[in-house]
Amino acid sequence: MAVGLITLIVLLIGAAGFVAGRSRALTTAGGDIRKLHSLPGYSGQAVLVFAVAPALILMAFWLVFQPLYVETRVAGMIDAADIAEGSSQNLVMSDVRRIATGLDAAIGQGVLSADDLARIHAAPDDIRSRLGEVGIAVGSDIRPGVLRAAEEYRRVTGMLRGAMSVAVIGLSLAGAAFAYTRLSPEFRARNVSETAVRMLLLLASCVAILTTAGIVLSLLFESAHFFRLYPWQDFLFNATWNPQFRGGSDLGILPLLWGTLYVSFVALLFAVPIGLMAAIYMAEYATRRVRSVVKPLIEILAGIPTIVYGLFALITVGPLLRDYFAEPMGLGNSSSSVMTAGLVMGIMLIPFVSSLSDDIINAVPQSLRDGSYGLGATKSETIRQVIVPAALPGVIGAILLAASRAIGETMIVVMGAGASAKLSVNPFEAMTTITVKIVSQLTGDTEFASPETLVAFALGLSLFVVTLGLNILALWIVRRYREQYE
Amino acid sequence: MTDITHASPGRPNSILAPDDRTRRRNAAEARFRLYGILAIGVAILALIFLLTSVVRNGAGAFTQTYISLEVALPADKLDKNGNRDPAEMAKVSTFGYKPLIKAAIQDAMAAQGIAIDGLKKPESLVSEDAAAQIRNYVLAHPEVIGGSRTFDMLASGRIDGFYKGRVTMQSAERDSNVSPEQLRLADALKEAGLVETRFNWNFILWPDASENRPEAAGLGVAIIGSLYMMFVVLALALPIGVAASIYLEEFAPRNWFTDLIEVNISNLAAVPSIVYGILGLALFINFGGLPQSAPIVGGLVLSLMTLPRIIIPARAAIQAVPPSIREAALGVGASKMQTVFHHVLPLAAPGILTGLIIGLAQALGETAPLLLIGMVAFVRDFPAAPPEGLFDPATALPVQIYNWTQRSDPAFVERASGAIIVLLVFLIVMNAVAIVLRRRFERRW
Repeated sequence: MAVGLITLIVLLIGAAGFVAGRSRALTTAGGDIRKLHSLPGYSGQAVLVFAVAPALILMAFWLVFQPLYVETRVAGMIDAADIAEGSSQNLVMSDVRRIATGLDAAIGQGVLSADDLARIHAAPDDIRSRLGEVGIAVGSDIRPGVLRAAEEYRRVTGMLRGAMSVAVIGLSLAGAAFAYTRLSPEFRARNVSETAVRMLLLLASCVAILTTAGIVLSLLFESAHFFRLYPWQDFLFNATWNPQFRGGSDLGILPLLWGTLYVSFVALLFAVPIGLMAAIYMAEYATRRVRSVVKPLIEILAGIPTIVYGLFALITVGPLLRDYFAEPMGLGNSSSSVMTAGLVMGIMLIPFVSSLSDDIINAVPQSLRDGSYGLGATKSETIRQVIVPAALPGVIGAILLAASRAIGETMIVVMGAGASAKLSVNPFEAMTTITVKIVSQLTGDTEFASPETLVAFALGLSLFVVTLGLNILALWIVRRYREQYE
Repeated sequence: MTDITHASPGRPNSILAPDDRTRRRNAAEARFRLYGILAIGVAILALIFLLTSVVRNGAGAFTQTYISLEVALPADKLDKNGNRDPAEMAKVSTFGYKPLIKAAIQDAMAAQGIAIDGLKKPESLVSEDAAAQIRNYVLAHPEVIGGSRTFDMLASGRIDGFYKGRVTMQSAERDSNVSPEQLRLADALKEAGLVETRFNWNFILWPDASENRPEAAGLGVAIIGSLYMMFVVLALALPIGVAASIYLEEFAPRNWFTDLIEVNISNLAAVPSIVYGILGLALFINFGGLPQSAPIVGGLVLSLMTLPRIIIPARAAIQAVPPSIREAALGVGASKMQTVFHHVLPLAAPGILTGLIIGLAQALGETAPLLLIGMVAFVRDFPAAPPEGLFDPATALPVQIYNWTQRSDPAFVERASGAIIVLLVFLIVMNAVAIVLRRRFERRW
């Protein structure tokens, strides 16, 4: 039985249990709801919890451990002789899995009958074409040993699947019956139901931890894979990036890192003064009406998807910079350049810098301003000599957060910065970044065995570490600063 | 700052006439103010420039040039045996319909008395899509064979560009796909009323088209794919996000585990989106064995990405419900769980909903993670209805935009900008709903 169907049956048992439990609670109390510890609905919920939760937990564990058990059992059947030259145990096992699913599909679609299956050993060549008919391509010739293993795999899997259906549905019924018999006016049904809901809430908040763990593990695992194929010293210190799909590539991160930092630097050079001045003006000078118009307008910039900025860089800013700056000044003739990407990314970062700085400037206590005015300072002197220094740690935190956004930004650099990895200081030349190369190494046909593909995971890991470090630093600075005035 | 008792030389003793230093300080003040205004001006100008550039480039995608021609449908070409059997008629490929279009144009030119010197290949005025259009019509209505019928056919991308100003007589001379004579023919046909430009529903409804038929490319599959993904995000991120916020705000004990969850959420909100793409590729596709390009994978990745962006405003909304509400509910004998679900959650709902919609809007515009899970593929078939359709290949609005920018024909740039207008309209509507919700239901305690 399919997993979905089993789940549905378990849920139906739960629903029936809910109705039954509810009415039983009422009958045990003789129809007088006041004699019950909990409202009758809670009794129903308690039955539902006992019917559903243990059964689904059992199914989850079964689904995780069944393949492990079957694999070890079947792997023992494959002789060393069945492993072809240049192949490995893993590849043979994946063949076994594919043949097993193929056989299932073939029988399901009626291409192959159960009798055919018994006779198939007589003509093992035949099975390839039969599997081809149902859309499962098997690479090499099927050896008899592999075929036997596949059949065993299929048999054991089918048997265990059947056992699982019985066990899960049985457990569900048993749970429902257990809770149903326990129902009485004194039964604390609400506590059962609330504990279950609480567990569910806890589980939901653990998704955040699981996501982080998933990110870190998948990055680490695949990066470790990469570093087994390619030395880490070369990855970190080689100054050329030149992937060759025939092998012998140079995969040094330095040119990409340089491009990333250069683009981010240009972006911050543009965004920080504008964002900061805008924040200062809005916090200190603007009237309430101006503020209520300007602030949302600037924040629109933060809500525009990055693909829009990317297209803006590609079709408007790039050609503009090339025709009016780069070519007259003899600095290059490429419309995608560090300057293009940096400028557009700078526009994107303005609202990050300005709204964060705005909050921080507003958090500076009024007494500091009053003290400064009292000494006769003008408004701008107060801002420059009192407010900005007081807000500086927070502002630096905001800039670091913006920098981490800039480093992790993808679409603008994919469409605006170009794809050639080089170490150059000319801002009108096309350069490339870590994110661009992650995209280009992982899109298209990906074969997860070559260092040229796996390098993307190592690049992702570097990106993750850098942005995480910047974020933690920024939050630490902001928090430390906040403590000063509270 | 003025020293009243002892006036220094060179400084006037009046407080009415400003001295040099005061003037300098006032000028510095005015300059500083000006910098602020300039900064805001630059930011707003950048916004206006960005939006006008997109709208100017993209408006053209919403209109399309059509050529209506009377096409003769001779039986000896389309159905040689004359028994109107669809299976036999299907043997005539679109290639067999091209001569009919050529004949139709020549007929129209003869009927209108148009003669242009040096005109070659008049049939390339019409899109390559037209042959398929006529073929589909004929296969669906075999009775029209032998007669003739007027078809509204898409003009080819270059002719369309001519009426949108992208192609000119000068550029046509250097272009191998169109000649000035063809443009003159188009003008003559327009004067005869056979060429017209009208609103382009196909842009929103049709699927993507191949490299050399930009005029037939549409956003249909991309919009459906995006909708499916938003559906998955809604179904996953909303319950999980709300449950997590309730737990953290109402039930979590202060201990290291809660701190760990909180640190994780705030860090996940700042992880670059492309890293989520890597996660999706490694976890859902390589490890979990889900198909590439499927909306379910995109939806899962976007859910994980949106989750912290929903949890943070949801927690703020729950926090904003005053403790007196909780105390009153507890006071009349409600349990903690009843207090939260019967009183706190309904009061926090508008705030949670606002955060949800803004999170969905961000997810809708996200591109980078979807590139990595294979949604850049060229997909022409509409996915099936959910739930099976969630596993069919599809594409998404922002990815379709990226895809079009990577093609060489400049007509695709117009399509990409047009698609951005569609995307922005979706985002504006979603954000407007969020603002209305906030205005309408937000409570000040």
